[in-house]
Amino acid sequence: MASHGIKDQVAIVGMGCTPFGEHWDKGVDDMLVDAAQEAYASAGVGQDDIDAFWLGTMGSGVSGLTLSKPLQIDYKPVSRLENMCATGSEAFRNACYAVASGAYDTVMAIGVEKLKDSGYSGLTGSRPPSDGTDSSLTAPATFSLLAPAYAHKHGLDDETMKEVLTRIAWKNHKNGALNPRAQFRKEVAKETIAGSPLVAGPLGIFDCSGVSDGSAAAIIVRAEDAHRYTDKPLYVKALSFSSGPATGALDPSYDYTTFREVRASAEEAYKQAGIDDPRSQIAMAEVHDCFTPTELVLMEDLGFADEGTAWKEALNGTFDLDGDLPVNPDGGLKSFGHPIGASGLRMLFECWLQLRGEAPPERQIDSDKTLGLTHNLGGQPGACVSFVSVVGSEIG
Amino acid sequence: MRGIIGYGTYVPYYRLDRAKITEAMGSGGGRGHRAVANHDEDTTTMGVEAARNALKAATKTPASIWFATANPAYLDKTNATAIQAALDLPQETWAVDAGGAARSAEAAILGARGSSGVSLAVISDLRTGNPTSADESGGGDAAAALLFGDDEDSPVIAHALGIAAATGEFLDRYRLPGETSSKIWEERFGEQAYLALAEDAIERATKEANIGLEDVDKFVIAGLHARAVRGLSRIAGDKLVDDLTARIGNPGAAQLPLLVAAALDTAAPGETILCVHLADGAYASVLRTTDAIASYSPYESVETQIESGNDSLSYNAYLTWRGFLDREPPRRPDPDRPGAPPAFRSEDWKYAFVGSRDRTSGAIHLPPMRVSMDGGAVDDMERIRMADVPATIATFTVDHLAFSLSPPTVAVVIDYDGGGRFQAEMTDVDPDTVKIGDRVQMTFRRLFTAQGIHNYFWKARPLID
Repeated sequence: MASHGIKDQVAIVGMGCTPFGEHWDKGVDDMLVDAAQEAYASAGVGQDDIDAFWLGTMGSGVSGLTLSKPLQIDYKPVSRLENMCATGSEAFRNACYAVASGAYDTVMAIGVEKLKDSGYSGLTGSRPPSDGTDSSLTAPATFSLLAPAYAHKHGLDDETMKEVLTRIAWKNHKNGALNPRAQFRKEVAKETIAGSPLVAGPLGIFDCSGVSDGSAAAIIVRAEDAHRYTDKPLYVKALSFSSGPATGALDPSYDYTTFREVRASAEEAYKQAGIDDPRSQIAMAEVHDCFTPTELVLMEDLGFADEGTAWKEALNGTFDLDGDLPVNPDGGLKSFGHPIGASGLRMLFECWLQLRGEAPPERQIDSDKTLGLTHNLGGQPGACVSFVSVVGSEIG
Repeated sequence: MRGIIGYGTYVPYYRLDRAKITEAMGSGGGRGHRAVANHDEDTTTMGVEAARNALKAATKTPASIWFATANPAYLDKTNATAIQAALDLPQETWAVDAGGAARSAEAAILGARGSSGVSLAVISDLRTGNPTSADESGGGDAAAALLFGDDEDSPVIAHALGIAAATGEFLDRYRLPGETSSKIWEERFGEQAYLALAEDAIERATKEANIGLEDVDKFVIAGLHARAVRGLSRIAGDKLVDDLTARIGNPGAAQLPLLVAAALDTAAPGETILCVHLADGAYASVLRTTDAIASYSPYESVETQIESGNDSLSYNAYLTWRGFLDREPPRRPDPDRPGAPPAFRSEDWKYAFVGSRDRTSGAIHLPPMRVSMDGGAVDDMERIRMADVPATIATFTVDHLAFSLSPPTVAVVIDYDGGGRFQAEMTDVDPDTVKIGDRVQMTFRRLFTAQGIHNYFWKARPLID
């Protein structure tokens, strides 16, 4: 009994990503068509070349028909997946395994979410009938639980904590300002961020990711076939997923300054990829910055900073575009919003651009490292699912 | 000998300064304060809190619950069943409602007193009235519980020497179902009716008790007809127990038992207390305290509860809580109604706050789990009730976006003394004052009402040491 990973067995040979934003003029079907067509063109394939499809969406449709109808797919397998906010990554993971297994030669993972049709603020979702005792806290509130706990544990006063969170938002907006696909393409002054109306705990509007629509897709083939499609494939080095026992709210030993699921998934991914020092070995990371304290805690859970030091590293610019380890060079959820099924694949799209040297020059990372990491999270502190992938531009 | 073997009261945390009514409306108001049920309280939840306080000071659990209110949370559906469930009492407990009128209090008291075994009368009321009305400013919200039993159950602290009632059919105060404000006939008409009825009831009760008014040490005179109560109070002279209306208002059906509790709080052995209730007639009871009262101490005295109130409540918040003022809701979906089958399956959890404890590792699971988070043992759990266990805040947040009648919502992660953790909503607290390390206790509340279903569950509130 062991987890083996599929390092260098499959590769991404084409990707597509729609602009993310308030697409009043586009429906789910439109975004799926746009992302799929861009991915086909990127890989130089037609839809007939795809043997099977994995669609990630949390609430924008059910069943494979959500994809096969708008794309007019002719009687091929389409799996529809949901794994909370890690849905897009989950579609990618399962598609990769299908190719690695030998079952299919060429597959597509595609994620989509249409959030702006609901008319509500923040994320909404329907739950099965319950006894009424479940927490009714909103997502920003559950993640804001991290802030006082982290500050308390590591001796930060309220002002310093706010400064740290503000800097994370500022950094991601700065990156997003350079990205034509982002929902928000403007730098935001720190004073504006810090002074924004409170949503939950110390979190203001600017500490929260936006609500947007979007879709992204990847074409995956066996590694040995990759060069038939592109000179610069991205090889899949690691795929890990961790679904926790959700005991954070039950277990007094959990202190709300970490995601145990993230630590487990990161450890597993590094083992698969053969990484022992992520901080020095990874060129860039796309992480799940749903709220600013999430990114702060993730820096420690992913091994980018020692425990209790991520706040200093964040203030020092370690994770800036020109820092030691750029985090969310595309602007992150902060700039893109979080169309749930699409986000994980949107993160991979930035790796696709950066590691192939195809990001716009103003945000192209200058690095001789060849590995990129994506991290995608669903749930809340103490009860979540976590995905980590490592992709690289070279075999081995 | 059968009589009162214990009691508990509940006065909600918030007070409305009556001057704020005048300030906002130009009239109404007056001096002093009224007690105000929080937006997450109703007569059932206040009844649960009063009953919990009664049982905390008791050695026996009741075999029956007699619940009365003039403002029932549900019609058709019995409300006492939620109280029985929240107290974690077995299904053999006979829990019934008497409802609709302030006089229903007498039904609960006589029912509990007259049935066999330990019996609990729970009386709760939440008084509303049109803005600027006398009922709005003069009303109050509170609950009280009287535990009856025989000496062999637990020492009787007070028993009735004589009880009498007079009944009158006349229009004094009335309200159609669903209305939030009562209508009242001309005061002077009711006064003459009540005074005659009271004279009759008091005469028969004192005769049965074989005492004269000069033998009475304390007079408790309750009733919603302020003028009649004032008139009758002349018989008491300086022996009148303060009716608390200046400090918390008149809590309708709950006033009689609340004032009895206040009288017992300070009573010495051998005291004679004449209790009169004016409500569609008159009820008179001559109580005599026993030696046992010297060693009885309530969980919290009425005075303590009144003293620990908070009078910062704004008038517009009060109006919002009572449904007289609709605030713009957050741009969020309405909460889902609880499902009857899931609530039925989790009755122990939802109503009694009972979790599961791993028999081997001791790990406490809230909500209860079948598989242990510590060691993975399957179905090796025992039930553990956490409703009365104090806890400490581990982390917290203030949610400005969540649906609430009184935003923002305060949420806390709390660690219980002796083990166990839960993420709870916090109530009766100023959001700006919450901090890690604060001490809390659990309280039974109504989270929200959706599609006609009250969603009852437990919240945390500051621990009053």
